[in-house]
Amino acid sequence: MAKKLDKVEVVTVGVGWTGGIIAAELAKAGYQVLGLERGVETSLDDYNQIKDELKYNPRNEMMDDLSDATLTFRNNLDTEALPIRDNGNLRIGKDTGGGGSHWAAQYHRYFPYDYEIYSKTVERYGKDKIPEGMTIQDWGITYDEIEPYYDKFEKMAGISGEEDPFGPQRSNPYPTPPMKDVPITKMFKKAAKNLGYHPLTLASATLSESYENPDGQRINACQYCAFCYSHGCQFGAKSDPIITVIPTAQETNNFELRTNANVTRILYEDGKAKGVLYTDTRTGEEFEQPADVVVMTSYTFNNVRLLLLSEIGKPYNPKTGEGVIGKNFCDHHVADGASSVRGFFNDKKFNLYAGAGGLGAIFYDLAADNFDHSDVDFIHGGVARITQGGSGAITHNPVPKGTPSWGREFKEKSLFYANRTLNVNFMFAVMPWKDHYMDLDPNYTDRSGDPLLRVTFDFKDQDHNLLKFGRDVCEDVMKEMGADIIEPSEDIEHISGSFIFQHSSGGAIMGNSPETSAVNNYSQMWDVDNLFVVGASAFPHFSSANPTGTVGAMAYRAAEGIEEFLANGGGQLVEPKDAKANT
Amino acid sequence: MVDDKNKNGNGDANQEEDSSRRKFLKDAGIFTGGVVGAGFLGGVIGNKWWDDSDSATESKTTPDFSEARIFFNRREDFNVLSWATERIFPEDDHGPGAILLGVPYFIDRQLAGPWGKNADDYMMGPFKEGESTQGFQSPLNRGEIFTQGIREINKVSNKKFKSSFPELEEEQQNEVLMMFENDEVELKNVSSARFFSLLRQATLEGAYSDPLYGGNRNMDGWRMKEFPGAQSAYINEIEEEDFIKMDPVSLSDYNQ
Repeated sequence: MAKKLDKVEVVTVGVGWTGGIIAAELAKAGYQVLGLERGVETSLDDYNQIKDELKYNPRNEMMDDLSDATLTFRNNLDTEALPIRDNGNLRIGKDTGGGGSHWAAQYHRYFPYDYEIYSKTVERYGKDKIPEGMTIQDWGITYDEIEPYYDKFEKMAGISGEEDPFGPQRSNPYPTPPMKDVPITKMFKKAAKNLGYHPLTLASATLSESYENPDGQRINACQYCAFCYSHGCQFGAKSDPIITVIPTAQETNNFELRTNANVTRILYEDGKAKGVLYTDTRTGEEFEQPADVVVMTSYTFNNVRLLLLSEIGKPYNPKTGEGVIGKNFCDHHVADGASSVRGFFNDKKFNLYAGAGGLGAIFYDLAADNFDHSDVDFIHGGVARITQGGSGAITHNPVPKGTPSWGREFKEKSLFYANRTLNVNFMFAVMPWKDHYMDLDPNYTDRSGDPLLRVTFDFKDQDHNLLKFGRDVCEDVMKEMGADIIEPSEDIEHISGSFIFQHSSGGAIMGNSPETSAVNNYSQMWDVDNLFVVGASAFPHFSSANPTGTVGAMAYRAAEGIEEFLANGGGQLVEPKDAKANT
Repeated sequence: MVDDKNKNGNGDANQEEDSSRRKFLKDAGIFTGGVVGAGFLGGVIGNKWWDDSDSATESKTTPDFSEARIFFNRREDFNVLSWATERIFPEDDHGPGAILLGVPYFIDRQLAGPWGKNADDYMMGPFKEGESTQGFQSPLNRGEIFTQGIREINKVSNKKFKSSFPELEEEQQNEVLMMFENDEVELKNVSSARFFSLLRQATLEGAYSDPLYGGNRNMDGWRMKEFPGAQSAYINEIEEEDFIKMDPVSLSDYNQ
C-alpha cells in the first residue's frame, strides 16, 4: 500500500530543462512546487572528472541505465518489436538537468512555417503537395505568439549568436555575441558564400562571454575545452538547468527537489489528475503524492509511456488514425549518417581535439519554406552545418573508404587523418506519418511488469528525397572547401533503432483541436485540465534543427498557463478550434 | 607541407625501426608462459617509445602491481586476446601496438566491471534475432561473448594452421581474425561479427582512453595520434590556423 503524502500545489515529473523552468517560474510566483527526479541531485562539483572520454562517451556516464526499462523498436506494423538493449543506442539524460546537462548546446528557433506547416503548405502549393499519410498539422500557435517565450529562454540561458538573414523576426538580439570564428568555420562560411548561401556562426548555449541572467545566475565564458557534448561543463560555461533554473527555484524556498523518486503512474479520477504515484528507487517503497496540478516534464518517451500506463487520453490507432496519445512520432538524428559528407585533407591539419559543443557555422537557406518547393519532391528542408565539438581520441578514427577497419593500414591512416578530416552535414526536418507512432509493447516489460513503450518508425520517400538533396548540397560545400577526398554518405534504406541524440518527438502533440492533438498551446491536456505535458512530446513534427530552444519556449508558456490556471481556479485555457491537419 | 607548431617543445620521440626488438617481443612473447606483459618486456628491452623520460628507468626498477588478471582466469585466453588486440592495433613506426600500450589489461578490467556484465543494458527476455535494424539481441553479456570468441579464435587457428593463435605468423593471425570479422565462424548465441566488433572497439578504447584505465600506457596512444588528452582549456589555441602539437596531459596530471 502506497504511503499517502501531504498535497502540494504543483508537482513536476522530472527536473531537467522543462521541470526546472516550470519550477523556477511558479516558485518565483509564490506557488509551492515539488520536483520529483528519478536520478540524483548534481552540481558543478560532479563535473570535476569530466575530461574522461571513455567514461562519458562510450560508457555513457550521464545517460540513463536501461537495465530496468528501455524501448522496443520496429520499422513497421507487421514486424515484432524488439527491445533496444545496449544503452549506447538509447541515450537519455539521467539525474537533475537531464538532457540539458549533456547537450551539445547548439541553439535554434523553429520557423513561422513550422507552426503553421499545414496551412502554409496548402496555401503556397495546394493540398496535393502533401502526400497521403503524412499527418502534418498546424501547432495551434503561431510563431509571433511563441516568440516572447523564445526570448525568455534565450535571456535565461544567455544564448550567444548573431542575426540570421533567413531567421524569423526577433524582438531582441541574442543576449551575448556569437562564439569565435575558427579556421574550419571560416572555410565553411567562405565556401557557402561562394555558392550563394548565407552562412553565419551557429547560435549556442556554450557562451561567448560571462553572463548573468535575469534571475541572477551566472554562466561563464566557454573555454573551448572539447569535453562538452555527452559531458557536463566543468567551467559552468554551458547553460544547464543545474546552474540556472534549478538554483533559481531553490533560492525562492518554495521548491522542494525530491530525488530517487521514479514516477510510475499519474493518478487520475473523474477527469482530473489527483497526483502521482512514485517509487523510491533505493528502498522500493511506494508513495502517493497528491497535487493540484501535475506537470509531466520528463523526456518524450517517458511522458508518453506514463500517459499510456495511466490510461489518460485516447491511445492512437495507426490503422484508423483515431486517438491521440502516441501519435506523430518523429526522430531527428536517427539518420545523421545518411546526410553528411566527409572531406579528407592531405595537406592541411586542424586542431580538431579542441572545440565546444555549440561551436560551428550553418546556413538556413534550405530550411523550412525558405525556398520554392514547387519542383522538389519533399516538403520542408534542412540546415547545412559544420561543427567543431572537439574530436575524442577513442571515437574519432576516420579513414577513407576502402581502408580496412583494423590492422596496419588502418592504424597508419587513422593516425594520419585524425586531424585532417572535416564533416559537413545536413540536419533535416522529419515529417510525421500515419503509421509512425508509440504505444505499449505487448511482450516486453520492466521489472515491475509494466509494459515498455513501443516505437514504430522508418523512412519514407520524403526522407530519401530530402536526404539526397541535402547530401548534394554538402558535397558542393565540401568541394568548395577544397578537400582532397570527398565521401558523401550512403542512403539508408531502413532506419535503425538507435536513438542517441535525444531528439525524439511527438506522442502528446499540440494543436487546435482535441480531435487531432493531446494538448493545447499551453501544453495543457484537452481531456484533463490540471495535467500539463511539456516537452518535445508536444511537437507535431520535428523541424530541421535542434529542439531545446523550442522546448524551452513551450515550457515558459506552460508556466504562464499554469499560473493563470491556479489564479483563476482552473478550467481550459484555450477554446478548441477546427483542426488544420492532414488526416 | 603541414606547418606543425610545437607548443611544449615535444619532438617526435618515436622513430627508428627495430625489427630485432619486434622479433624479441614475439619470441619472448606472452605465449611462452613465463612472466607476461608490457611492463616486463619494457623492463627487459627498454621502451624506445618513451626512452627519453624517467619512466623507462622506473619500469626497470619498480614492479607494476597492476599487471595481473581479474577477468581472464586462464592464461591462454589472455594470451590469445593479447595477440588479437596486437593485430588490430599493431606496433609500427609510429609507436607501440596494443600489447605495449597495455590494451589486454585494459580489456581484462573492463570485462570484470559493469561493462563486461552489461549492467546498464536491458537483458530481459525473450531473446529473438529480429531484423538488422533492431540491434543486437544476444542473451550473453560481453564477458561471456569475449570468453567464447577468444577460445574460438584458438580453435580456428588450430584447425586451420595446426597451431595456437599466439604462435601463428602475423598474416595467419590476420586471416583468422578476418573470418570472425566476416561472420564466417559459428558462435553460440552471438555472431562472430558482433564479437569481432566488440573486440575492435575495446582495443581502440584501450589504446586511446585515459591511462587511468590501464591502457594507453605513458599516453603513447595519444602521442601517436597527436591528441593532447585532458588539457584544461584551448581558448588560446582555438583560433590558430596552424596545427599545434602539445605534450598530452592525463587525468592524474590534471588532478594534481
